[in-house]
Amino acid sequence: MSDVDATALGIAAAVRSGRLSAVEVAEAALARIASRDPALNSFTAVTEARALADARAVDAAIARGEDPGPLAGAPFAVKNLFDVKGLVTIAGSRIDRERAPAPADAMVIQRLAGAGAVLVGALNMDEYAYGFTTENTHYGAVHNPHDVARVAGGSSGGSGAAVAGGLVPLALGSDTNGSIRVPASLCGIFGLKPTYGRLSRAGARLFATSLDHVGPLARSVGDLAAGYDAMQGPDARDPASSGRAVEPALAELERGAEGLRIAVAGGYFTGTGEAAAAVARVAQALGVTRTIEVPEAARARAAAFIITASEGANLHFADLKARAGDFDPMTRDRFLAGALVPANWVIAAQRFRRWYREQFLALFDDTDILLMPATPCSAPLIGQDMIEIDGALVPSRPYLGVYTQPLSFIGLPIVAVPLRAPGGLPIGVQIVAAPWHESDALRVARALERGGVTSAETADG
Amino acid sequence: MGDHLKDEKSVDRPFDAESYVDAAAALIGLPLDPAHRPGVILNIERIADMAALLMAFSLSEETEPAPVFRP
Repeated sequence: MSDVDATALGIAAAVRSGRLSAVEVAEAALARIASRDPALNSFTAVTEARALADARAVDAAIARGEDPGPLAGAPFAVKNLFDVKGLVTIAGSRIDRERAPAPADAMVIQRLAGAGAVLVGALNMDEYAYGFTTENTHYGAVHNPHDVARVAGGSSGGSGAAVAGGLVPLALGSDTNGSIRVPASLCGIFGLKPTYGRLSRAGARLFATSLDHVGPLARSVGDLAAGYDAMQGPDARDPASSGRAVEPALAELERGAEGLRIAVAGGYFTGTGEAAAAVARVAQALGVTRTIEVPEAARARAAAFIITASEGANLHFADLKARAGDFDPMTRDRFLAGALVPANWVIAAQRFRRWYREQFLALFDDTDILLMPATPCSAPLIGQDMIEIDGALVPSRPYLGVYTQPLSFIGLPIVAVPLRAPGGLPIGVQIVAAPWHESDALRVARALERGGVTSAETADG
Repeated sequence: MGDHLKDEKSVDRPFDAESYVDAAAALIGLPLDPAHRPGVILNIERIADMAALLMAFSLSEETEPAPVFRP
């Protein structure tokens, strides 16, 4: 196994046993970023001094005979909306460059670092997380490691590209309408959007608080679960935090899909072309023949769209009034329009959200897992405005979230698993579980990984 | 073609997006650069299409908004 393919858990095992030093691992990661990232543009800051200091601390703990943590020495990087102590949290914007450096790490970074993981930098994203392609005007587009002419997806596009390109085995992203699952799908890696309220958002820049989640992206299900486990736990500083105790998923993985009642989601979620083919391959591998109709998903997407536009605009209203011209043209007009959304629609959307949640909870009475496409297609080209889906031309950027947006709307836990489309580009499938059942979705993802159905090998970049 | 493609299309409705954008922006004190105004109008039309789909669905009075405030 070369270092670009190494998993976080594999690195941690080698560091913990003394076969590798954490400093060697950090130096190798920093060298990979220096040599490979110019082609990908996934990093906006590299925290070299901190990475080496943290790695030395891991090695020193081992030398003292202390437990360095389950992710000892594993490099990771974070979407640049997470506070990193001493860095300015830019959230993909030019405006926020004027802010003071963050006084402390975001809670989830504190928890990963507490597990021994070593932060190596901050990652590119759509401005204020409002996009599905990471074609950021201020910092440049992120390039897909599988084909650098194509987008990496978004808004956690830097997170997708850094992991798929082998720069780091683990990255953090955020997902309001699909921003972890879309880049995971287009970059061919695993992504976990946990249940709403599971992981603390304290120290992460919000976008639309009703819908904002944070979560990990990785090239293996084990790394995804290990990262997720390390970040779990209540946090009073996030008002959406559920307060649930830690429910570790890593130890559950090898149980596989055994005993789980799985169905394919029909109706709205019936993909076409390469998206439908990917779902069919997963269903066949799992021996799933049942299809369930999910009602009113188009309305759920509409409601999520309205909540996102209005909450996002309200959050940035002072800057929209004073300096709209400093926003990225890719997000600006959507933010401005969001400020004009009538309250009547927003409240209706929040009431519809409760109704839609009840419909899904009823579906989960006799089903544990639903399968659906993650994106309607594999990665579009950078700059491509329209995509052809089933013979119809649709605007590519909003359309990439068509299958993810109705689900984050009600906070369901979802793992995006990577397959390869016939043309060789990656495309993902969503493994959707009932609220608080992340481990069910991760078990199915692991069964698919073990069976060779998924494919998350590092791209040459 | 899936149902989800239909919501991308404009629906006919008596709605003057240009007048609405100008009046609502004035009401909330949001200055609009003339260069940004066409994009804002396009986006409020897109949101209005989404809202038309949402508002066509009737909810019972017992269906409360999803966020719950815990004092």
